[in-house]
Amino acid sequence: MSTPTLPASLDDATRDDASLRRFLHGLPGVDQVGVEARAASLATRSIKKAAKLWAINTAISMVDLTTLEGADTRGKVRALAAKAKRPDPDHPDTPQVAAVCVYPDLAATAVENLKGTGIGVASVATAFPSGRSNRTAKLADVALAVESGASEVDMVIDRGAFLEGRYGQVFEEIQAVKAACGDAHLKVILETGELATYDNVRRASWLALLAGGDFIKTSTGKVSPAATLPVTHVMLQAVRDWFTSTGELRGVKPAGGIRTTKDAIRYLVAVHEVAGEQWLTRKLFRFGASSLLNDLILQRRTQLDGHYSGPDYVTVD
Amino acid sequence: MSERVTVAKTYKLYIGGAFPRSESGRVYPVQDNKGKFVANAAHASRKDVRDAVSAARKAFPGWSGATAYNRGQVLYRVAEMLEGRRDQFVAEVTAAEGGRRGASIVDAAIDRWVWYAGWTDKIASVLGAANPVAGPYFSFTVPEPTGVVGVLAPQQSSLLGLVSVLAPVLATGCTAVVVSSEERPLPAITLSEVLATSDLPAGVANILTGRAAELGPWLASHGDVNALDPIGAEDRGALAREAAGTVKRVLAVPAEEPDWTARPDISRLRRYLEAKTVWHPMGD
Repeated sequence: MSTPTLPASLDDATRDDASLRRFLHGLPGVDQVGVEARAASLATRSIKKAAKLWAINTAISMVDLTTLEGADTRGKVRALAAKAKRPDPDHPDTPQVAAVCVYPDLAATAVENLKGTGIGVASVATAFPSGRSNRTAKLADVALAVESGASEVDMVIDRGAFLEGRYGQVFEEIQAVKAACGDAHLKVILETGELATYDNVRRASWLALLAGGDFIKTSTGKVSPAATLPVTHVMLQAVRDWFTSTGELRGVKPAGGIRTTKDAIRYLVAVHEVAGEQWLTRKLFRFGASSLLNDLILQRRTQLDGHYSGPDYVTVD
Repeated sequence: MSERVTVAKTYKLYIGGAFPRSESGRVYPVQDNKGKFVANAAHASRKDVRDAVSAARKAFPGWSGATAYNRGQVLYRVAEMLEGRRDQFVAEVTAAEGGRRGASIVDAAIDRWVWYAGWTDKIASVLGAANPVAGPYFSFTVPEPTGVVGVLAPQQSSLLGLVSVLAPVLATGCTAVVVSSEERPLPAITLSEVLATSDLPAGVANILTGRAAELGPWLASHGDVNALDPIGAEDRGALAREAAGTVKRVLAVPAEEPDWTARPDISRLRRYLEAKTVWHPMGD
């Protein structure tokens, strides 16, 4: 276990399969109506002027610029790396993004193009996006990512095992991947769109945190619905509660379906209100997105230039 | 028994095929030409302009990519719907502009729409060319639509003027964001109801009611607007300077509103078209 400071009750939870199940099913149920209403009411908060510019800059610095297509080429990854370094060449003061997220075979290309910039390279692994393979293949996938120099690994959990109630297996798999990651940060993708209920999201969040995930991530982006505000609320509550009981800070990464600045700002408000102000950093909160960055850049220009910009003025990707 | 209280309408904007309220929530009262209250119109804000421009941009590939024949059919259909609402238009134009020429103005507007509808599949052969070149090449010039066009509609002529500036934009395959006459917006609102119930795809024409002086600069400086017709604006020089920031096409318009009943020509169509020239090697 990577968390030696774990209090006794949490330590007990991971002793065996039965106690893990008892712990996860003993978590309080999520008030579906309540969490949706709170998410909707926080989403109406109006952020303007200087606060908006701050939010846009913060959001840009939290973006994991992602390309996860079968058609990805090294050229596309190079272009993405260039964009990560300098998102808006017309405004050189635009912050750099947090990381570039690619498939493991392209991680080496990304690492090469981002050397010395401080921008991370995140690689998906463990038979992304379905997670349907054996342990050996999944760990080989992780090894490829780590050997290529990825500083962050985005793994998917075995949703089949989770939904069948084989929590121990999911737990061990996350631990095994965490061990294989070495120094790389581990983000655990729950794929909330396939977990069906908020209670399951809460259980999966705790399971991933117990197993040592540095981040919990909503989705692969390949399943609809991807990230939603209420689901992110539930996950933010989990990291906040984890901090309260262990003193450790873990992160959250909503991914998929966040395309506009307005959406991104709603997520930042949720982070501030649910988890707390100290989570408003790229170390603890990320956006997994591709088209979001362009909209953030356009909105940033609108704030600075005093007139609306258009998609002709940003890169097509 | 007391006299019946008439139900005054509060109209909305026409953006992306839907009728939303102004983002700002503002409305303003509209009077007829004798100063009597008629209805409330939505008072559009810069954010409504922004939404309308994105709707127009979204609709552009579909509309400009449709065949000229198809665009012509859609615009004819609009003319049919205009004819169906003739009485309502006559009443609104008469209330807004006064006088006894309401019926003839509406007839002229419908005829104007049909005139432009007819041009959709003919303009390419008039403005395009097979260029004579000294070499073994075919060289063709074809006109292509400019893009999203911002239109500040005439302030005086509430229907015929509006149709005369909007129809050429749509006929070329461009999409439009129109700011209607401020004091006479009702014919424009009824026109948007006509457009919504005809076959025109959502977002191809967007009609905002409000102040041209307030919305004009936002349209002129917007990076995603490709051309601007400033005929309904006061300070056209300032708009042209704003538009220069993004190298926008700005129509040269007369200082006073022209006589809209005069026979039109294709000059407005020409201004919303860009010439594309293609060189193609000739076989032996």
